[in-house]
Amino acid sequence: MVTEERVWQALAEIPDPEIPPISIVDLGVVRDVSVENGTVHVEFTPTFLGCPALEVMRDQMAERIRELGAEPEVEVVLDDSWSTDRITPEGREKLRASGFAPPAPRESGGPQLVQLRSKAFKCPYCGSTETRLESIFGPTPCRSVRYCESCRQPFEQFKTI
Amino acid sequence: MNAQALLEIADDELILGWRNSEWTGIAPFLEEDVAFSSIAQNEVGHARALYQLVAEELGTTADELAFDRKPEEYQCSQFVELRLVPDWARTIARHCLYEDADERRIKALVESDDPEVAGLAAKIDREEAYHRMHAQMWFERLQGEPQFQEALEELRPMVDQRGEHLPEFEQLWEEMTEVRRSVAGATW
Repeated sequence: MVTEERVWQALAEIPDPEIPPISIVDLGVVRDVSVENGTVHVEFTPTFLGCPALEVMRDQMAERIRELGAEPEVEVVLDDSWSTDRITPEGREKLRASGFAPPAPRESGGPQLVQLRSKAFKCPYCGSTETRLESIFGPTPCRSVRYCESCRQPFEQFKTI
Repeated sequence: MNAQALLEIADDELILGWRNSEWTGIAPFLEEDVAFSSIAQNEVGHARALYQLVAEELGTTADELAFDRKPEEYQCSQFVELRLVPDWARTIARHCLYEDADERRIKALVESDDPEVAGLAAKIDREEAYHRMHAQMWFERLQGEPQFQEALEELRPMVDQRGEHLPEFEQLWEEMTEVRRSVAGATW
């Protein structure tokens, strides 16, 4: 009999299709798991609505659940419940170790340009806050590009959403 | 849920997303190539999510709404239909004017009594915040340029002009719906 705990473990083995060092559970996109009569219901919240990885994540979750011998039911929840604050502490550390600066905590009123232009963001390589905004958009919509003045290394900064 | 109002927004986002994607590969800077491609991707993502909500209400699907309607059934404004490549000043002027107008209508939807609409609008708004900051940076950079000011003056009255489509919409529609018209029910 499949348990919720077993499902969470299986989902935690699925890498983020765009940033494989972190899992989709680290990313915080799995909102809820419930098991009833051999059917596993998963509530899944997209990161960015236009993220091309959504379908890949959804299909991989369904496949893992089938491998556990249960019937998957993955519900995509299009509400505002996902935020970068849902990335787990482990996920944040894995991001940093892979050269991605983890997102700053969400603040009321949303992100402001003045803040992005400030030196509040830490370089994931050397830890310096002497960093500047290079471009609001990076290789994917969820990342910006910054440059570290201390170690002279460009890096990707996760946007706060 | 006011399906018609949501459809208007979804159509604007889809068509503007298409227009923005026309800069992919040819924007004046590499960073802008990436930015316009990302913004396009987000706008199309917003359109899809809005179509999904409307589709549930109307008993259809998001793909049918996006690709199977006749040109005259699209509710988008003429403003987003304009093909502005390769005019960067007018492109940035539209970007600034659109983000400003879009912010107002999305923020109004966040206050909706319908929790599905309000929740989706709140999510869209948080993504749009980055489009607005991008527009703001360009506004600061170009505001002293007469060419940019003229573009703002020219385009401002068009922001919410709906009704007849512009001649260039037809070509966009043909390209956008080509796959679905050649293979009925095609998915990808």
